[in-house]
Amino acid sequence: MSGPEPRRHLRGARRPVQRVVPVGERALLAEVGSVEDATAVYVAVRALDLEVAEVVPAARTVLFDGVADREQLSRLLLGLDLPVAGVPPTPAAGTVVEVPTRYDGADLPDVAEAWDMTLAEVVRTHTETAFVVAFCGFAPGFAYCTGLPPERAVPRLDTPRPRVPAGSVGLAGEFTGVYPTASPGGWRLVGRTDLTLWDPSASEPAVLAPGTQVRFVAVER
Amino acid sequence: MTSGSRRRLRVVEPGPSTTVQDRGRHGCAHLGVPRSGWLDAAAATLANRLVGNPEDCAVLECLLGGLVLSTDTALTVAVTGADTPVRVGSRPVAHGAAVSLGAGQSFSLGRAVHGARSYVAVSGGVRVEPVLGSRSTDTLSGLGPPRLVAGAVLPVGPALGLPADSSAVGRPQAGPVVLRCRLGPRDDWFTAEALATLGSTVYVVQPDSDRVAIRLDGPPLVRADPRELPSEGLVLGAVQVPADGLPLVFLNDHPTTGGYPVVAVVDEEDLGRCAHLLPGDQVRFTPVGGARGERAPDRSR
Repeated sequence: MSGPEPRRHLRGARRPVQRVVPVGERALLAEVGSVEDATAVYVAVRALDLEVAEVVPAARTVLFDGVADREQLSRLLLGLDLPVAGVPPTPAAGTVVEVPTRYDGADLPDVAEAWDMTLAEVVRTHTETAFVVAFCGFAPGFAYCTGLPPERAVPRLDTPRPRVPAGSVGLAGEFTGVYPTASPGGWRLVGRTDLTLWDPSASEPAVLAPGTQVRFVAVER
Repeated sequence: MTSGSRRRLRVVEPGPSTTVQDRGRHGCAHLGVPRSGWLDAAAATLANRLVGNPEDCAVLECLLGGLVLSTDTALTVAVTGADTPVRVGSRPVAHGAAVSLGAGQSFSLGRAVHGARSYVAVSGGVRVEPVLGSRSTDTLSGLGPPRLVAGAVLPVGPALGLPADSSAVGRPQAGPVVLRCRLGPRDDWFTAEALATLGSTVYVVQPDSDRVAIRLDGPPLVRADPRELPSEGLVLGAVQVPADGLPLVFLNDHPTTGGYPVVAVVDEEDLGRCAHLLPGDQVRFTPVGGARGERAPDRSR
């Protein structure tokens, strides 16, 4: 995938964190070479019991905020070993979340044209892709799912829609996302799900938390 | 003592914008949940101490005064932060001190004369239903209770302790606000001239400033690196520079990630002063403790 060739360390392992930058008085930003590495580092460090208030993965970085000991965490991050590239990141939980999706989105024809495919081929490509939630952002529970190859990237709409209904499944750049609540939005809509993705009263408020494996499943209704 | 269930505040007038705030939502930034919470922590926690509450009870954050409340039961309240005339009925009472309200009495904040946000604590705390561990109104994502409207009823918890005396009550200071900050994480995306500009310019607060960010006007900061920054996590106090080059300071309702470079981060101790910035106010940044020198060794080749 994109990003620089990882530096080899141990046989079968490599160190994904390229640089650690201080942020303000109490945070650190770990830089990695790809979004897959950001997810992998996030999943790996969540398994450790770190004295950190927030861990926020993103496209090429993982932010650690409210860090008790920045020097110690910096050393840990720079020395973190991960399996070699090509191995999918370890999921936070072993289960795969299935998102039942009606592929009737308004922008499905645009995506088919961009991918040079029929509508049915777009649906097949999307449902056959093993997605992972790389990070959340934009709105609570809005998951940026990776898995499509770079050549399937599509631009955002030039003019965002003033209101995108909850459950809308959209594409933007290399990502697939599902709108957890109604909001304005510029992603290219390919379908819609009835699955409740965000429930702040639940013990796990976001169904699609970072590191979660996701499959979109085509349904008629 | 009155039973907890009958203790409540009725909103007669909400003023321009009044919200419920506590320490905010923590531990959910990875789900895209903003931290929210009171903007002036020192003033809000002081208000709680004055009415005998633990420091983390929910209070009301009132922008520019104009708030009128009434109560059916006896309650103790205290106002801190922005200086506003405080009245029980038509009788002026002290700002920065515990005030006893009798059943049926109303309580009002006049127009703020100094600073922007006042904090109203009530004995027992505002006990609206918490969302993700916090009662704060998040104006960005809509989590938590809505802004106060006339006619709203706010549950109040049972009184928890004795009111404290009002020694050492600070007030927002006048004059240009100086914000100490640490350069980075993306100061290397800017020219040396831009960094010099950041440290020497008197910026002016723009009218579209709110609980999400203080937006500033001044000379644009020129980028040395024109690339598009992939979205990355944001911290409270981040000084982000969007495409127009005009910096903004992210406050408590900031988004959890952003796609423009953050040139510096304002020290936590100085962030409370941002709660009292109004359009036209002047702001200066003072970079301290060179972040560049503290960087971990660059291992990429």
